[in-house]
Amino acid sequence: MSVFDYNTQPGFDLISETPNAGTTVDPKEVQLWFGPQHPGITGNMSVQLWMEGDSIKRGITHVGYLHRGFEKLMERRKFIQSFPIVCRMCVAEPDTTEYLLASSLEELSGLDKEVPEKAQWLRTLIMEMSRLQVTLMVLGGQVGTMGMGTAPNWTYTLRDFLLDSFEELTGGRVYHMYIAYGGVRRDLTKGFAQRLEATLDLIEERLPYLDDLILNSAVFQARTKGVSVVPTEWADEIGITGPTLRAMGVASDVRRDYPYLKYPELDFDICTAEGSDIYARTKVRRDEISQSIHIIRQILQMMPHEGAYCAKLPNMLTWTIPAGMTYTRAESSRGEMGFVMVTDGSDKIRRVHLRGPSYTNAVTILERMLPGMNIADLSATMVSLQTCPPEIER
Amino acid sequence: MSLKNVIAPFSAWARAVQKPFTVPEADTFRPGADRYRGWHINDTKQCIGCGTCGDICQNGAIDMMPVDDATKGDSGLRPLVDYGRCCWCALCVDVCPSGSLGMSNNYIWIDRDPDVFRYIPGVDKKEWDDDSKGWRKEEGFNLVDPDRVPMPMMMPEEDRVKTWAEVVLGYSEKEARAEAARCVECGLCVAACPVHMHIPEYIAAIRDGQYDVAVNQIYDNNALPEMCGKVCTRHCEDVCSIGVNGDPLAIRWLKRFATEQFSDLSAVLSHDQPQIGVGKSVAVIGGGPGGLTTAFYLAIRGFKVTVFEALPQVGGATFFGIPKYRFPLPSLEKQVKLMTDWGVEIKTNHKVEADEFKQMQQDYDAIYVGTGLLKPSSLRAEGEDLPGVMPAIEMLIDHHLGKTVEVGEKVVVVGGGNVAIDAARISRRLGADVTIAYRRRMEDMPADHEEIEDSESEGVHLITQNIPLRVEQLPEGKLDFIWGPAEMVSEGGGRPRPKLVEGVENHLAVDKVIVAIGQKPDLRWLPTDVAEKITNSWGGITCDENGMTAAAGVFAGGDLVNDTADAVSAMADGLTAVDGIINYLGVGSKTEEG
Repeated sequence: MSVFDYNTQPGFDLISETPNAGTTVDPKEVQLWFGPQHPGITGNMSVQLWMEGDSIKRGITHVGYLHRGFEKLMERRKFIQSFPIVCRMCVAEPDTTEYLLASSLEELSGLDKEVPEKAQWLRTLIMEMSRLQVTLMVLGGQVGTMGMGTAPNWTYTLRDFLLDSFEELTGGRVYHMYIAYGGVRRDLTKGFAQRLEATLDLIEERLPYLDDLILNSAVFQARTKGVSVVPTEWADEIGITGPTLRAMGVASDVRRDYPYLKYPELDFDICTAEGSDIYARTKVRRDEISQSIHIIRQILQMMPHEGAYCAKLPNMLTWTIPAGMTYTRAESSRGEMGFVMVTDGSDKIRRVHLRGPSYTNAVTILERMLPGMNIADLSATMVSLQTCPPEIER
Repeated sequence: MSLKNVIAPFSAWARAVQKPFTVPEADTFRPGADRYRGWHINDTKQCIGCGTCGDICQNGAIDMMPVDDATKGDSGLRPLVDYGRCCWCALCVDVCPSGSLGMSNNYIWIDRDPDVFRYIPGVDKKEWDDDSKGWRKEEGFNLVDPDRVPMPMMMPEEDRVKTWAEVVLGYSEKEARAEAARCVECGLCVAACPVHMHIPEYIAAIRDGQYDVAVNQIYDNNALPEMCGKVCTRHCEDVCSIGVNGDPLAIRWLKRFATEQFSDLSAVLSHDQPQIGVGKSVAVIGGGPGGLTTAFYLAIRGFKVTVFEALPQVGGATFFGIPKYRFPLPSLEKQVKLMTDWGVEIKTNHKVEADEFKQMQQDYDAIYVGTGLLKPSSLRAEGEDLPGVMPAIEMLIDHHLGKTVEVGEKVVVVGGGNVAIDAARISRRLGADVTIAYRRRMEDMPADHEEIEDSESEGVHLITQNIPLRVEQLPEGKLDFIWGPAEMVSEGGGRPRPKLVEGVENHLAVDKVIVAIGQKPDLRWLPTDVAEKITNSWGGITCDENGMTAAAGVFAGGDLVNDTADAVSAMADGLTAVDGIINYLGVGSKTEEG
């Protein structure tokens, strides 16, 4: 089947789906491209909408603006060279993919048994810091899409203080490239814990102010309660995870269900909410900020101060890994992320596939929810589903 | 919806009069964190130009550019970073074997010209070159493996002196492949190796378990690899980039491993060289490593080659000089057998004299002279003629020809080279208590440092910084070796020289004094007119870049010609002579056609 025949296939009849294709055009229907250049869109993607008034009749999502072929690139590179690639699979939260790459290849190579205790703690620390900074960003972005400018300024400021800590620890603010095979790349700097604690205190101090602007705001409640409800029946059908699932009242979290790193030793709650609407999803995120702060404080308390931060590595330019296949998963701020990793005994990855929550959220759920939605709620819905386009088109 | 919720967002208005939650946009320069990954810096003096940074860069942002002449252990290349490609991952810094590459914490650089964002750190001067902050290599995170796979040795160490069996046992397959995997394939070793062996290629083949490929790579320019694999002076390992901050690759042991995998080398080696030398004949005088190399690479190209060797066995110093616990005779015989199988004619016990040489000049199209250094240098101390004072070289030859060598109970070996160590370790195995007396410091000893350690572990004593004063006869055939301590003085730019401390005399009562302070050429066998033409001031032979002497058709190499005085340099001279002879005889163009 050539691409030109594609439109003639039943079920894929895009042309006849479009209003201009047929002989009759509904004069009330307007076709509208929402994105890719639109401040309300989440990242580099777009939604093609068919509107009647301000009501969306139907729409389809378009991705591909950010496609760099990460999975294929990684098949052509040595294991160590894949490491600067994976962080780009989700710009805002690079540490989850770094961890997944490291842990999946460590598992297949047997290096996982040699990862030092301290490295496990440092990995847990940076993963949780990462979840915290992304959640702050999304919380601000949520109200930003509704025209509230103050709260995003506050949350982004707090996030920037956290980025200072990332910069101090990893040498980079956004692309940390910190979790490497066998451990992490650098030890904590002197006084890092105190500075991070101070930032956590500041975030905690400002959360009540943020609550007044967001969750307690009558406008926000009016705009979000009962809006864009994700039906609970979809959860199992399309594999919903993360805050979207927890906003349905389901206490599901990879950190608890499939424990990894040091999470089993840490005390934390799985935040849930009822209603499955935008408000519920925002509430889950708000509560997770407090939980992340609680977790990071525990890590800083419990972490050993001495010891190696990385195992002794073989020569990374000639490292080969026996043939094998594995699936590793971790809880990102958006939900379950996983790597299906296949190696073939050579010095390169045979195949890697990223299972990311953004595909479910931004493509499947969104397209199902579009008919009947008011266009004014679209941005808020997309942010509440927390989309990361590079993760869809990795 | 309560009134409280309606009022709640207006709490933000408080920020209009109170301290704001946001921070004003910075209009002053904010330095990056202490380990920020900013613009690259490179200590060009420390950099060895190995190119590993470029190999690991997944963006291809690093190219190696020539900035200086290559020297031993330095390719003369330096990394050029293209910031249109760089992603600031700093893997280049973390892999850098020399630790020269780093990143400053400076990250701001504005320019209208996009081409300036390609520069050679350290060479193209930048304002951040001297920044002390930024990302640097740390010991706890190393992307290369600095630790060598230990070579299994005969244990316990005390047992070694009771036997002539090989001390070094050789890698197992697993060990060899693990050691080979440490290589970063920079190729600095190739430039340092006198014969420029294809080292990264054969190490990669060993790593991949393709030992036949490895052996073919090795035999491409080394006809005595098993010898080199056991006793080479390994210039390669001196420059290994991993060796800068770790143990160098065990290149010698890996070569040894590859050649030992095949009992019959002719079965795996390809023999498809163009037969350009058919009808031409070459005489090789002296069957040492240089002569055998010349003979082998000419013979496989169809030349009729005859090797004339004065001793009953070819191999030169690798036969009579190197003890059998380092290089067993079967190893040598295996390699010589391949040579004779592939057309080299060897005449042993055949010492060439002046008349015969004259006749050879008529009978052969070319002659290669590689007779080495056999005349021992004298001790230049009173009593050197006493019975019991003997040159090491004579002792080694006698020993290897199976003659009985009497060393008595206590021996002093004067010298610090490989010959001294060999004489000492052989004497130790003959049951003597051995002392090595060397005039400089231990780090100045020209002998292989592994050998020095091995000899010490076998119970050889070492006295450094001493100058032999005289040898006196004691009753019952014993000798009194009298020496004075020396201090090291630096004069001019050369290495420190030992200077006698006057007035102190130390005595050592021994049975034998073995003198191993070097050998000189002995070319009295050459016809006078030829000798006059080709010998130089120190008694050796001078050659042009093709390995040819001033006498047409007479080529030379080895210790007679070069001052490195090791087997692998002699083999390099042999390869030079092969090319020289092919060109001299005008048969080289066929190589290009073939």
